[in-house]
Amino acid sequence: MSILDLFRDYTLRNVALGAMVLGIVSGILGCFAVLRRQGLLGDALSHAALPGIAIAYLLTGSKAPIVLLLGAGIAGWVGTLVINRIVRDTRISEDSALGIVLSVFFGVGILLLTYIAKRNDANQAGLDRFLFGQAATLVATDVLTMSILGGLALGCLVLLYKEFKLLAFDPAFAASLGFPPNRLGILLTSLIVVAIVIGLQTVGVVLMAAMLVGPAVAARQWTHRLSVMLVLSGVFGASAGIAGTMLSLGQQHVPTGPMIILSLTAIVTISLLFAPARGLVWAKIRQNHSLNNEPRNREIQPAKGE
Amino acid sequence: MNASAKPLAIHDLTVAYQDKPVLWDIDLSVPTGVLAAIVGPNGAGKSTLIKATLGLMPVAAGTVEMFGQPYAKARRMVGYVPQRSSVDWDFPTNALDVVLMGTYGQLGWIKRPSKADREWALHCLEQLAMADFAQRQISQLSGGQQQRVFLARALAQRAQLYLMDEPFVGVDAVTERAIISLLQQLRSDGKTVICVHHDLDSAPEYFDWVALLNVRMIAAGPMKTIWTPENISQTYGGRTQSLIRGAA
Amino acid sequence: MSSTFAIILTGILVAAACASLGCFLILRRMAMLADAISHAILPGLVAGYFIAQGPSLLAGFFGAALAGLITVGLVELLKNTQRVGGESAIGIVFPAMFALGTFLVSKYYADVHLDADAVLYGNIEFVGFDHWYLGETDLGPQSLWIMGCLCLINLIFISVFYKELKLATFDAGLAATLGFSPILIHYGLMAVVSITTVGAFTAVGAILVVALMIVPAATAYLLTDRLPWMIGLAIAAGAIAAVAGFGLAFMLNGSVAGAIATVTGVEFGLALLFSSKQGLVARAQRLARQRIQFAADTLLVHLLQHEGSPDAAHESTIDHLQSELQWNNKFAQRVLDLAQRRSLVRCQGQQLELTTSGRERSQQVLQLGRG
Repeated sequence: MSILDLFRDYTLRNVALGAMVLGIVSGILGCFAVLRRQGLLGDALSHAALPGIAIAYLLTGSKAPIVLLLGAGIAGWVGTLVINRIVRDTRISEDSALGIVLSVFFGVGILLLTYIAKRNDANQAGLDRFLFGQAATLVATDVLTMSILGGLALGCLVLLYKEFKLLAFDPAFAASLGFPPNRLGILLTSLIVVAIVIGLQTVGVVLMAAMLVGPAVAARQWTHRLSVMLVLSGVFGASAGIAGTMLSLGQQHVPTGPMIILSLTAIVTISLLFAPARGLVWAKIRQNHSLNNEPRNREIQPAKGE
Repeated sequence: MNASAKPLAIHDLTVAYQDKPVLWDIDLSVPTGVLAAIVGPNGAGKSTLIKATLGLMPVAAGTVEMFGQPYAKARRMVGYVPQRSSVDWDFPTNALDVVLMGTYGQLGWIKRPSKADREWALHCLEQLAMADFAQRQISQLSGGQQQRVFLARALAQRAQLYLMDEPFVGVDAVTERAIISLLQQLRSDGKTVICVHHDLDSAPEYFDWVALLNVRMIAAGPMKTIWTPENISQTYGGRTQSLIRGAA
Repeated sequence: MSSTFAIILTGILVAAACASLGCFLILRRMAMLADAISHAILPGLVAGYFIAQGPSLLAGFFGAALAGLITVGLVELLKNTQRVGGESAIGIVFPAMFALGTFLVSKYYADVHLDADAVLYGNIEFVGFDHWYLGETDLGPQSLWIMGCLCLINLIFISVFYKELKLATFDAGLAATLGFSPILIHYGLMAVVSITTVGAFTAVGAILVVALMIVPAATAYLLTDRLPWMIGLAIAAGAIAAVAGFGLAFMLNGSVAGAIATVTGVEFGLALLFSSKQGLVARAQRLARQRIQFAADTLLVHLLQHEGSPDAAHESTIDHLQSELQWNNKFAQRVLDLAQRRSLVRCQGQQLELTTSGRERSQQVLQLGRG
């Protein structure tokens, strides 16, 4: 398998392109989820999207990706609202609310999918590919749909970059300036739902969480600027997508989704260990170094943990 | 802008936090050009008063007006300094970028800051002797330097009225002096500043106007007339006589 | 034993084993960590399969428990580097483990019945088939025995370490000073969660283990303030969901596990709406009641603040209240009615004044607010 095959082989090109689009979109949007400490929201929402797919099929009888993905998007969005409501109005913690929505919505999804499967209706085959994603089945129209949806979400992000940045850093200050943090937060979450919808076909509900969190965490280690972090995160996501595609399609029986995630995990590990400023290896070396020298008066003290 | 209107006029303000009242029937009217401190014990609702004023908390009853208008219309005349601990300082951004956020309100939706805005932000950092740190990642600043960045951001708002939540908490001596000279500069420019302040010793030294708060407004007015042992002990429930040195 | 009965009984045992642990997971805010473990045990199972050269109960349990603990350890490690937030750490570790497991399964065991979707949503429908035999005697379905043991282990774990768990859950600092290591309790709990997940996943699948751990416990948390009651209610809610879920699955001819999770969701929804203390309906009613009560207190405090001041006459007219306190006509009238009915306020034409008991009440209110 070589890079050249990516351009020659039609199937391979679609899969690689699809994985790349997903990597870019989820990498960039995931930065905001991670910075707002909502890294697991994506996990909950991707599971919550499953019943939407089943209901969309039951209502329309159509398996057109756009119909199913619309159902997934709506279900994910309902999941967001339920989580917000539980956290706001009861004593149940956010962590538990995520777990509740994740597992119940997923259970409903499984119930409906098995119900559909046993109705003896020949048309249903393939709905379960959203569970694990089947990147290998991506065709050109899928990639086009993904690109358009992702492009819209990223366009929205570019337009409101300043507002989202302020929201992520200091929501109270944003509110005092007249930018409503609640509505901006819901909009941002909706964009993340779009990224999830794109990812369902490629990596599936279970691994989607990593596509949002991984690139962002890796990118954060290399830079102190949000704009650079967004670009890097998109690049890391895309690289993991392409690497995963090449690793899986070269051999038999190896699914693409898990290989994308494993490639991503490698990028995250390397970044955490070796990124120039924040790399743990350098921190360890510096620590040993300063232990060997006399402690100096440092003008700048890190403000961690305040 | 209505020149005769008070920078801040609060009338009968009652604020409840999750069914529990935390501020009762607050009346407060702050004149132009003063450095005002809001002083009171822990849990007195000092920060809540600032937040409710800015519409960051729902108000159960009463009215708040700034320069004769509700806050939604007076936003651009108001600068806000939240508590330093309210944000994650590990956020990937530098000091200049944070200060630039002060211009976002004037810019409105979607529009990006221009080169002139960046120069203005740098100028605001200079006012707090922080120009050398403009490009520094905010987690690598000391607590006092972070506080100065927050003040520079408020300065960048080009406001007439500044609301500051505990600006002196946990800062070094250099920063403390920088903040004081900034406050005095603002006063001489005819701006009005209202700070939540918890240190009884320094309050009469730094501020010329005071509001004593403990769930309700105990007393408010010029420091000289309000800063009496009776008022202070009424605010603190008579428990902290020994703390009050500066009281007239 | 009929296979239907075996399925239902297994469901009840899974529910009891999961829901009792779930109470501590909910209270310790570790629901998502349990979710992470449920996914991350996959590579452990594969490793167990590899070492034992085939399906082996013991190797599977051991591998899965180890994988669970490794997951918890990795999450802690990432968090402690201060480079990654706690929730992001979870979001990195468990997909990596699950992806590794899926990769190993599809690469080396593509032909074996260890496929990932069975891990995700299980096959409780088949629990009647695998029986254990002692010599010639049929001991009954294997899953029933496994879940029975796990249920027993969990209940013993909780009752033996009840005091320690409770203390470490509500006051980790105190627990540490008293000599109970919160870290040991943390890992102990996670180990039990891991083996429970393994035991239950063959029956209901990984994600529905999470449903049974988290949702009945959260339902119980909405219904009671006492921990022993919470554990009891959680087990009951889980068991009811197991039975009702089986019925629902039968009706729809769908997945039993999915149906059980759906019923736990329905139970939670009912508790969320109608719990007498925490429910949304009760909360809305309470807020409406408190709003009037609170407004009456506001009125009293307002009158007290202006009593005897020069602007008292102006500040205590009914019209003024409407304009300054931002109350509409109807609301102001209701508040006034309440205050007059309790003889806290007297009405003199347009002027309002406090009665003696009104004055006492308003002073009391200010004192309360201060504490």
